Amino acid sequence: MDIFLQQVINGLVQGAIYAMVALGYTMVYGIMGLINFAHGEVVMIGTLVTITVVTFLLKAGFPVWLAGGMGIVAAASVCMVLGWSLERVAYRPLRGAPRLTPLITAIGMSIVLQNLAMMIWGRNYMTFPSLIEKTQFEIGGAAFTNVQVLIVLVAGLSMGGLLLLVYRTKLGMAMRATAQNPGVAGLMGVNANRVISSAFVIGSVLGALAGVMVGVYYEIAHYQMGFMLGLKAFTAAVLGGIGNLAGAMAGGILLGLIEALGAGYIGDLTGGFLGSHYQDIFAFVVLIFVLMFRPSGLFGEKTGDRA
Amino acid sequence: MVAEPLLIVEGLRVAYGGIQAVRGITFHINPGEMVALIGANGAGKTSTLKALSRMLDPVGGSIRYQGQEIVKLPPHRLVREGIALVPEGRGVFPRLTIAENLAMGAFTRDDKADIAADLEHVYGLFPRLKEREKQLAGTLSGGEQQMLAIGRALMSRPKLLLLDEPSMGLAPIMVQKIFEVIRMVAAEGMTILLIEQNARLALESSQRGYVMESGEITLTDEASSLLHNPKVREAYLGE
Repeated sequence: MDIFLQQVINGLVQGAIYAMVALGYTMVYGIMGLINFAHGEVVMIGTLVTITVVTFLLKAGFPVWLAGGMGIVAAASVCMVLGWSLERVAYRPLRGAPRLTPLITAIGMSIVLQNLAMMIWGRNYMTFPSLIEKTQFEIGGAAFTNVQVLIVLVAGLSMGGLLLLVYRTKLGMAMRATAQNPGVAGLMGVNANRVISSAFVIGSVLGALAGVMVGVYYEIAHYQMGFMLGLKAFTAAVLGGIGNLAGAMAGGILLGLIEALGAGYIGDLTGGFLGSHYQDIFAFVVLIFVLMFRPSGLFGEKTGDRA
Repeated sequence: MVAEPLLIVEGLRVAYGGIQAVRGITFHINPGEMVALIGANGAGKTSTLKALSRMLDPVGGSIRYQGQEIVKLPPHRLVREGIALVPEGRGVFPRLTIAENLAMGAFTRDDKADIAADLEHVYGLFPRLKEREKQLAGTLSGGEQQMLAIGRALMSRPKLLLLDEPSMGLAPIMVQKIFEVIRMVAAEGMTILLIEQNARLALESSQRGYVMESGEITLTDEASSLLHNPKVREAYLGE
């Protein structure tokens, strides 16, 4: 029982991070039908920028809270600019091109960003400076840390903020209208370019926050870390119904739980043949099953013909 | 009649690939006037309207609105200039509520008090919409969606209202209702260009009419004269 509870806690934390990243995929897809495969790299750059800024500031003698805060602000700013430029440079010129073209471009941008990060930060694993002194708590035989609580809390607040933005502001309404009918939204005076840029920028800010969470949680970072994280978050978005915000949140949490419980029990289930390091297969087994049996995902109301 | 027309279209040409859908048409609309553009399916009516609403780039010709060339304006600028379109097939946002759809109509406006007044006006024209304010537009019937699309266009406080086939796919009783409202809006002084396959209804509601055939305007006259024109009666009024 304690392993179950423990894995539920771990899964929730991991799932909160997936959800944050999945939102970036789903927002862009919902508005323009594009899967921005470079989004995982935006998250990675968020983590690496935080490391650089925080390490520098700590060395310069700044207090931890200030260094951490400025690290987050720097990551969010860099990722905003990065997301905005990605759309401007790579995707906007391909508006109206066959669907496969922007998709392949997205994969290309992902490779470009990985290599760029490798050139800037090198090939080695980097340690994330410790910002928060870890304390451990226990309930019912399961342990959790203040860092885990913080991650879930920040993720929850960010997602709440996003929902408020999308459902309670004029920009959010314009985003939803554009997602449903871009032509008519244009007739209403909505500048589709601006809405698309906002989706990229907002998704990138959430991605940057997720990048900081990953760094704080695993305390380690690498220029290739965005790839697997991105694929899993994409899986989470598909699981929830890509294009659907609530779906991305639920899909992220669910995927985190499936993975954690899978990793916790895979040894028992296979009689010790497979160990917990096989946890990555669960995400992709889920992806395959969703695509086979419910391609519209849990919350998806339509299976569009968009790629 | 006012001297300066609100809209002057000259030599407008629209083509899809090599096929010319609109072959150099010229017409105008005076302020406060309701003008019908009638014609059979495929005559080029909707292509004309798409060019006017800037959803399609014409291959030639000019569109002057309030004396200003708008042929190069991006579509999202039109509504700020005072041109609103009720698109063919209505184009409501299915997963926005009725209130949100109407708010989208006022997207470019900031005058909160005036918007509220206009909303009351639209709800006055279409009480059905007020009753269902919080429902998603996708749950409405076709006629109600048409009401919503017209209401949404009015929410931008347009100077020129473009209506694309408002009767399409609606039950006859609903068509009567929609046209009643269109006449009311016209009576309030709105300038309207009405594109319709239902020629009788369109001409009965309008002051002037243009008849389009194979991409060209072949006839133009006072609406009442067109209603009595033998050629129109034979071709479009089923007599």
